[in-house]
Amino acid sequence: MTQMQTPHDHDHDHDHSHLDDMDLRVRALETLLTRKGYVDPAALDRIVETYETRIGPHNGAAVVARSWVDDAFRRWLMQDATAAIASMGFGGRQGEHMVAVANTPETHNMVVCTLCSCYPWPVLGLPPVWYKSAPYRSKAVIDPRGVLSDFGVQLPESTQIRVWDSTAEVRYLVIPMMPAGAQGLDQQQLAALVTRDAMIGTGLAQQPPSAAGGR
Amino acid sequence: MNGVHDMGGMQGYGPVVAEADEPLFHGDWEKRALALTLAMGATGQWNIDLSRSARESLPSAVYLGSSYYAIWLRGLERLMRERGLADADELRDGRMRTPAALAVRVLRAADVDASLARGTPTARPALAPARFAVGTRVHTRNMHPQGHTRLPRYVRGHTGTIALVHGAHVFADAHASRARPPFLEQAQWLYTVVFAAQDLWGPQADATVQVSVDAWESYLEPAT
Repeated sequence: MTQMQTPHDHDHDHDHSHLDDMDLRVRALETLLTRKGYVDPAALDRIVETYETRIGPHNGAAVVARSWVDDAFRRWLMQDATAAIASMGFGGRQGEHMVAVANTPETHNMVVCTLCSCYPWPVLGLPPVWYKSAPYRSKAVIDPRGVLSDFGVQLPESTQIRVWDSTAEVRYLVIPMMPAGAQGLDQQQLAALVTRDAMIGTGLAQQPPSAAGGR
Repeated sequence: MNGVHDMGGMQGYGPVVAEADEPLFHGDWEKRALALTLAMGATGQWNIDLSRSARESLPSAVYLGSSYYAIWLRGLERLMRERGLADADELRDGRMRTPAALAVRVLRAADVDASLARGTPTARPALAPARFAVGTRVHTRNMHPQGHTRLPRYVRGHTGTIALVHGAHVFADAHASRARPPFLEQAQWLYTVVFAAQDLWGPQADATVQVSVDAWESYLEPAT
């Protein structure tokens, strides 16, 4: 590095060499494990494809949207989330034992894994980087209002905040409140309002476009 | 182990910053690191608690300085080295120098969907009645085991209330205690224990906040 380089240039170069290093390291590993016969490269492709296309937060959004309009389903979801979610075709790895926690005007729920990055994969897919980061894992349990503020969310001071640290194999799905003005929308339109962050508890469900535009 | 992975309540890491329009993977290597970790997990040579233990055992500075997929990758390399499935030279350049281990179960492409859909349930039949019921006040043990544990430091030695009873589950600490199969399961009752933030962090903490962890029965004793 020459003295003319700015700190930004330095970071940039550093990031690149790091990525190249990881790239080479993973390639070496995959080559080795394939040669040893421990992995089937087609199985690796299938795993990646599954999380790129089939398993993601759209699954959880469908569960939440249904819970907003189908009272019998909502009762089942709150009673036995694993079975209710499985009835919609979602389950398995990192969602073997599910619990749904519903937000109310009195209580807001937030989910974290302070010890690693436990996350309900069948309904939310793979976790975002921030969920696995030191800032979130450290702060969620000691300053959840500060975390909400980092996400631009302000709740009334009287709202109780309930943080769920997933320290075992139970996985938690937050059921956000249905936003005002969403009555009358169909399940697909409702699902579009359910963000990933709303199902972690660092966000709220979005206002429907008509309600937002009408303000 | 009291490692840097046990982050609950630490301060000074700064605000939570979400990346705008974050891609699912940051580079192809993350895709392959994920898939290799899952596929090698399916070989049955270790279990999820041993995987977590391997990641937690990385040097602290490496853990804090690595992205999560990089931690996974280093953990996977460590698990393989420890079991003689690959050595350091092989991991460096991908060239095979030692023969493949026998009796490794290989996850085939045709079995991926079923394997992911099945997952690895940890619920087991209970061997004894549950010691605690919803509403019971319990005290978390003040313990600092050298090995893997899932009782975070910030709740040790505190009093909370049983909020949920989840049935008996494979006990993570025992499950990570034996390097090779057959693994110890020692199923125990698992509870959600909820604490007032003021009991964890002191009277200046937010009175509207409650925090829970999921705790196995042997982490708990009746509150006196």
